[in-house]
Amino acid sequence: MAREMEHPLPHTAMERPLAPRESRWKEFWRLLRRNRLAFLGLFIFVLFFLIALTGLFLTSGTRPVFDPAVVRLEEKLRPPLSSPKSEILVSDTIPRLGLYLFGTDELGRDVFSRMMQGAWVSLTVGFVAVGIAVFIGIFLGGISGYYGQNAVRADQMLLVVALLLGVGLLVAGATAAGAALLIAGGTYLVFSRWWKKKEGKRAASGWTRVLWAGTISIDTLIMRFVDIMLCFPSFFLILTVVALLPASIYNIMIVIGLTSWMGTTRFVRAEFLSLKDQDFVTAARALGVSNWRIIFRHMIPNAIAPVLVSATIGIATAILTEAGLSFLGLGVPPPHATWGNILSDGKNFIFDAPWLTFIPGVAILIVVLSFNLFGEGLRDILNPRLRERS
Amino acid sequence: MLSFIARSSIQKILTLFFVSVISFLVIYLAPGEPSQVDPLNPKFTPEMVERFRKQFHLDKPLYIQYTYFYRDLFTGKTVSWKDNQPVLKKIWERFKNSLLLFVVGTVLTWTLSFPVGIRSAIFRGGLYDRSATFFSYLLISIPGFFFAYILIIIVVNTFHVPVIDMETFGLGNTSWYRWLMDRVWHLLLPSILGATGGIAVLSRYVRSQMMEVESQDYVRTARAKGVPEEQVHYKHALRNALLPFVTMFGLILPGLIGGSVIIESIFAWPGMGRMAYEAILARDYPIVLTVNFISAVLVLIGTFISDVLYMVVDPRIRL
Repeated sequence: MAREMEHPLPHTAMERPLAPRESRWKEFWRLLRRNRLAFLGLFIFVLFFLIALTGLFLTSGTRPVFDPAVVRLEEKLRPPLSSPKSEILVSDTIPRLGLYLFGTDELGRDVFSRMMQGAWVSLTVGFVAVGIAVFIGIFLGGISGYYGQNAVRADQMLLVVALLLGVGLLVAGATAAGAALLIAGGTYLVFSRWWKKKEGKRAASGWTRVLWAGTISIDTLIMRFVDIMLCFPSFFLILTVVALLPASIYNIMIVIGLTSWMGTTRFVRAEFLSLKDQDFVTAARALGVSNWRIIFRHMIPNAIAPVLVSATIGIATAILTEAGLSFLGLGVPPPHATWGNILSDGKNFIFDAPWLTFIPGVAILIVVLSFNLFGEGLRDILNPRLRERS
Repeated sequence: MLSFIARSSIQKILTLFFVSVISFLVIYLAPGEPSQVDPLNPKFTPEMVERFRKQFHLDKPLYIQYTYFYRDLFTGKTVSWKDNQPVLKKIWERFKNSLLLFVVGTVLTWTLSFPVGIRSAIFRGGLYDRSATFFSYLLISIPGFFFAYILIIIVVNTFHVPVIDMETFGLGNTSWYRWLMDRVWHLLLPSILGATGGIAVLSRYVRSQMMEVESQDYVRTARAKGVPEEQVHYKHALRNALLPFVTMFGLILPGLIGGSVIIESIFAWPGMGRMAYEAILARDYPIVLTVNFISAVLVLIGTFISDVLYMVVDPRIRL
């Protein structure tokens, strides 16, 4: 890819490139415009983002413009677009729009306000969960791909095991043993730092050499961990953890994020493995560029394409998962509206008040569809092999 | 081959061990005590709670609980905390119901997605291909529970048949024909729902595989030497395009458990997913852990089968 060579050129007449050059964003935009479905996806996504943002501002605070919590028991299950009976309502509870745009639910709450409030929940759950997953994925995948061949030394293994076991024992109740292990581990950590400073990377002599023997590589370790995580049925695991933890929206985001990073890790690792042997990385290393700078400035920008695609599709999956959890009654706790629990509440009135099912259902469908279409379009656009053909 | 099997078995057993430890820790370290699940129940006196804790070793340290639990699991003695029934028996009863759904759903998925995918690949870029693509995105994106309600409304309003539960309650002894039709109607919607996501994903995959194979040189050669189009598609291209799907037979095994929770709760289908869901809500840890363990075993067996199948059908692969 050419992006390594893009230095800001001084714009003198002599040095200006002769061939017409297109910036990366311009090229991306041009390709996106050509892919109509992906463009539609992006458009809906931006629209949804704006709606969620306005929804957040208009429905929160002490005196919101659209109050999703006002209960009007006289106005139960009014169909969409019906106007409120203003003579029997207290003036405070008349909806701001002068009509129930999306109808009311079984407590007479305005579904439009509730949808506005729920949009923000869907958006944040999708983005935060995927943000966590992508962060873990890039971190572990990067370590695994870049430092993969380095073996973990036996003493490091022992150290980690001791520390983890110590924390585990502390939590499990065996305070003395846990604290002893933690202190032992901490002492060794300090000691090995000191040793390294004094002796460099030279191995010790005698029996301590056993401790320095390499065991398994970091790569194997991380990839086996990915295998272990993939053994859990993901929705079932999420369900278990969410049901056992206290109900809150942050728990849901974190749990979805912590159970969906495996794909990203594998992508990033594969990309890093292939990028590591390429000439520009060798050149950077020959110039004495530090490892961190190589990873962040040179490799991640080149490895980001499949991550972006899987993240976009991951947002769609996370929104669906959150809706599913809310539907099962394990999502965000009740007074707060989400699209999933509007639908879940509405299912009891499916024949009398179908709008309670269809409005949130169609909204989820459109948003998830837009993310999926945009993600697939992104895959085509960012893949240079497919690009030349089109 | 033998060394591969030995190596991978050892690796899988190790993986399984870690899965068992992690799932145990996740469940036992979560806040809240299983003995405190119903504090308002007047029957739960402190003595009761104490007896409960003693009976199920909840007063022991974690690692002892862990060994007790898996010792009981392997000797088949694990009992549910709620009704003292053997867990394996309970799971087996529910498993039979889930299996029915799973088999019908899988058959639907595999019989429908291949024709759709192949046709899309042959007429790529055409109206059929584009609409199939759009519909598969639609099916991937639709929330399962929402789709379930749409289908329920349509079926109930047009055919006037009951669809919830496994069979109509109180049907009594009618003729075998009515009984059969009743069962079929009840089975149809949940299996279609279980199959939709699969059809959408698999047909896209079939399409991309088929297109990849069709762009290869030997297919062009076959065309160039005058082989009829039909034969090029179905004899030359399809056979090689099918290779990766053989391995997917192994990967559908885990679908037996995951993913059916929502559908089974909507249709009140007495399957494994719903049992696991209810067990989670009731903090019936033995059932949760056993279901989790079984599904991990299924995943591992599935990947193992798919690796072996790959070696059998594709001589180019050497593991």
